[in-house]
Amino acid sequence: MTTFSKTIKFPIINEAYEQPTGLFINNEYVAAKSGKTFKVTTPINEELLCELQEAGSEDVDYAVECASKAFKKWKFTKPEVRARLLYKVADLMDEKRDLLAKIESLDNGKSLVCAKFDVNLVVEYLRSCAGYCDKIDGRTINTGPEYLTYTKREPLGVCGAITPWNFPLLMFAWKIGPCLATGNTIVLKPASATPLSNLYAASLFKEAGFPDGVVNIIPGSGRACGSAILHHPKVKKVAFTGSTSVGKGVMKDAADSIKKVTLELGGKSPNIVFQDCDIEKTVQNLITGIFFNGGEVCCAGSRIYIQASDEEWYNEFLAKFKKAVEKIKVGNPFEEGVFQGAQTTPDQFQTVLDYVKIGKESHLKVLTGGNRIGKRGYFVEPTVFYDVPQSSRLTKEEIFGPVAVVLPFKSIEELIEKANDSEYGLASGIHTEDINKALYVADRLEAGSVWINTYNDLQQNSPFGGFKESGIGREMGAEALDNYTQIKLVRAKISTPTL
Amino acid sequence: MSLYKDLTLPNGVRYSQPIGLFIDNQWVASSSGKTFETVNPSTEEPIVSVYEADEHDVDKAVSAAKEAMKTWRDVPGEEKAQKMIKLSFLVRENLKLLASVEAADSGKPYETNSKGDIESVANYLVYCAGFADKLHGKMIPIAKDRYAITKRYPLVVGQIIPWNYPLSMASWKFCPALACGCTIVIKSSELTPLSLLVFADLVKKAGFPSGVFNVVSGFGASAGNRIAEHPDLDKVAFTGSTATGQKVMKSATSNLKHVSLECGGKSPLLVFDDADLEQAAKWASFGMMYNSGQNCTANSRILVQDTVYDKFIDLFKVEITKSWIVGNVFDEKATLGPVISKGQYDKIKRYITKGKEEGAKMILGEEREQLNSLPDKGYFIPPTVFIDCKQDMTIVQEEIFGPVVAISKFSTDHEAVEKANDSIYGLAAMVFSQNFQRVQTIADQLEAGSIYLNSSNDEDIRVPFGGFKMSGIGKELGEDAIDLYTETKSFYMNVGHRI
Repeated sequence: MTTFSKTIKFPIINEAYEQPTGLFINNEYVAAKSGKTFKVTTPINEELLCELQEAGSEDVDYAVECASKAFKKWKFTKPEVRARLLYKVADLMDEKRDLLAKIESLDNGKSLVCAKFDVNLVVEYLRSCAGYCDKIDGRTINTGPEYLTYTKREPLGVCGAITPWNFPLLMFAWKIGPCLATGNTIVLKPASATPLSNLYAASLFKEAGFPDGVVNIIPGSGRACGSAILHHPKVKKVAFTGSTSVGKGVMKDAADSIKKVTLELGGKSPNIVFQDCDIEKTVQNLITGIFFNGGEVCCAGSRIYIQASDEEWYNEFLAKFKKAVEKIKVGNPFEEGVFQGAQTTPDQFQTVLDYVKIGKESHLKVLTGGNRIGKRGYFVEPTVFYDVPQSSRLTKEEIFGPVAVVLPFKSIEELIEKANDSEYGLASGIHTEDINKALYVADRLEAGSVWINTYNDLQQNSPFGGFKESGIGREMGAEALDNYTQIKLVRAKISTPTL
Repeated sequence: MSLYKDLTLPNGVRYSQPIGLFIDNQWVASSSGKTFETVNPSTEEPIVSVYEADEHDVDKAVSAAKEAMKTWRDVPGEEKAQKMIKLSFLVRENLKLLASVEAADSGKPYETNSKGDIESVANYLVYCAGFADKLHGKMIPIAKDRYAITKRYPLVVGQIIPWNYPLSMASWKFCPALACGCTIVIKSSELTPLSLLVFADLVKKAGFPSGVFNVVSGFGASAGNRIAEHPDLDKVAFTGSTATGQKVMKSATSNLKHVSLECGGKSPLLVFDDADLEQAAKWASFGMMYNSGQNCTANSRILVQDTVYDKFIDLFKVEITKSWIVGNVFDEKATLGPVISKGQYDKIKRYITKGKEEGAKMILGEEREQLNSLPDKGYFIPPTVFIDCKQDMTIVQEEIFGPVVAISKFSTDHEAVEKANDSIYGLAAMVFSQNFQRVQTIADQLEAGSIYLNSSNDEDIRVPFGGFKMSGIGKELGEDAIDLYTETKSFYMNVGHRI
């Protein structure tokens, strides 16, 4: 029997690890039924890392069969046993946190700072999910003595998950955690660009003792593998994270069988700076907002609205912001001190450069950046355009890279209107020391998350998700469990015998 | 004098028993130097002397708990959860030791009783850990420019534990308290101080900071009372007799601290004419004699419908005789240990005498085989069954807290409910009938906090537990325990409501 494994070396640091290369189905790494493989490269230097088995529709069929079979037992597995397994896998991931971060950086290109943040949240979130397993309560509804009425929260069955390349392991955790905690089984397709950490993590689920078939990880293309998941009759629910345009397609396909769908899509989140903010902290929050993870963040604060009622203050602020941005170290994540790594895919890298070009061609003022770095690897300078009009394509469209647009505003009402002028509504940031203003604006923003005096500040017990075209449903927090359960109402009539 | 004593338990287990008070993560002698002995109820021999806390020691412990709260309250819930999980592992690692200590100190059979208790401590730690990052409040919209939020805050708590399930009852208190972020001063019963002291070392090992968990061994009149009245404790939680519970409640008025009480019971088990009589007999036997009847929810009153009375009694007598083997607690075959002390032994014997005096018919309790099976030493009382009891008999009204059950007859459902509710207590009730309607209707009428339908005493840590009437105040277990160990603060957010 072939063992699907490849030794992969990390650049610069003198370390290597064993990467599983098969499809993870039924607690085994197996070949794709078609025998097809696909290449995985690193965006750091565009070099080939390995070849993986590529899942097609036959593999989806097999994975779903296994998951379906496993569900019959898993559904009745005692919740405290599910909890124990989730705590165990979280511990295993905790033990391997350094390695997981390195794999993530190598495959996705993000800096180790970002990768470590991800892995930390993965561990915290899986633990939080473990704590929910035996607390999936319904409620009783009092309608008088003639009835016993209560709700039951039941799992759905086999759940499909299609995850993106910007936070491979974190998005994996956001799906698997609540899915398994509530008694479902999963068939998860990670993005073809970044499947490595997911396939590695799968082995930890096996090690933790999850029964065969509960967890299945099958990288493949959206067209063949993703589509097969969406159309398989035994997949009862699909969770998708990715672009809004692909998300619309997912929702349409899911409609064929009325699969429950949750979507976590794109954003063009407004990050708002008032003059009465703490300037130093705000500058850092703006940087976190758009340059964390190279700007490849669905909730990136990519539209920066700065109060410009006082032009002098506005210009001073911009100067401070520029100075701080230019301090950001961009480079190979395995080098010391790097904050911003490589952009993840050649296509997205090109898209970012195209937008920068559009910006320059429409004569937008460049505060800083605007160029590719180096000739090998997908590195871009942190880029900021300012005094950008609301109507600019760079204001309207999601760039998904380290490119921010700064728009000045004078009044609160103007600001609110402009901030909400988007079909997206994922997140937002407000920077001010005035509590009334912060809450007033927070109340009126059409966004699923409002961050006040912070940004990208995720917490495992707090829900995350979008308004409008940024998505459907919430992940993390107690709310995530709603995505993976369905409510059954039991209403029993009790004709009252006379005592 | 050293604060540890090397002991060898009857089953050969050798260990170092802590004998001090555990304050601020340190073992200390009592300020008075006083000690008291704890006796092995199986042998009537003293096991060891431990230090006795008086009011001064309680003051020190409360002081430590109050100080620790200043920093402990800001530690994130997920960190607290991890320490609780670690503690649960330590409990499992030390299962044999803790169960042996418990069996020796409290007379609970090792194989069929105290081992289960210690396992339940580990399980409940894990369950409560899951809550630590989920102590949610509410957001309440009021008007366009106003809303309110509620937040939960932990308390500095005193906890007073009984002797019938020493470490397990302690865990019902400290697990939710730790999950809610409380700091604790906990007093074991003077009859069973040992297991909690051994456990305290594990708490320190699990990494809980100084002052979060403090143990005082001592007596109710001094240490217990000081806890109940202490001006710096926000709350007292008590499990024990109703009479002592009343004293605790009165003392607590000193600073109007929160009070939760889990007191006595005289829980009625109702057998209807359409019951599965065999099952009813089995459950009734278990629910009565487990832990030698020293159980607040023991079904110590059985009410049987007249048409099935004789048949049930025959089945019940067989079950009792079959299941309850008196013996050395370290003997695998023993299922019934001694009662806890000479004092309880004498008291129970007096009730048995009273039962006979008042005309109840004894069918088990003084049979020759029973008397022959009693060991020479130890406070052993064989299972004692009185039938043909009348409602006004002492053994029907008063809690005996020993292996003595009083069986009565009823003819109509109405009479059954009336008799069942004719008690100052309201802790639990059990209903045996195969008719869904009947069971629901009757259960609705019963004045008891936990109703078991076709079972007895099979509670689950996820389900709220607590008595009506004089059986207690407040609900433990389940999510309800969070309400016991947090205090809610409401914040009115004025977002521009100007006057």
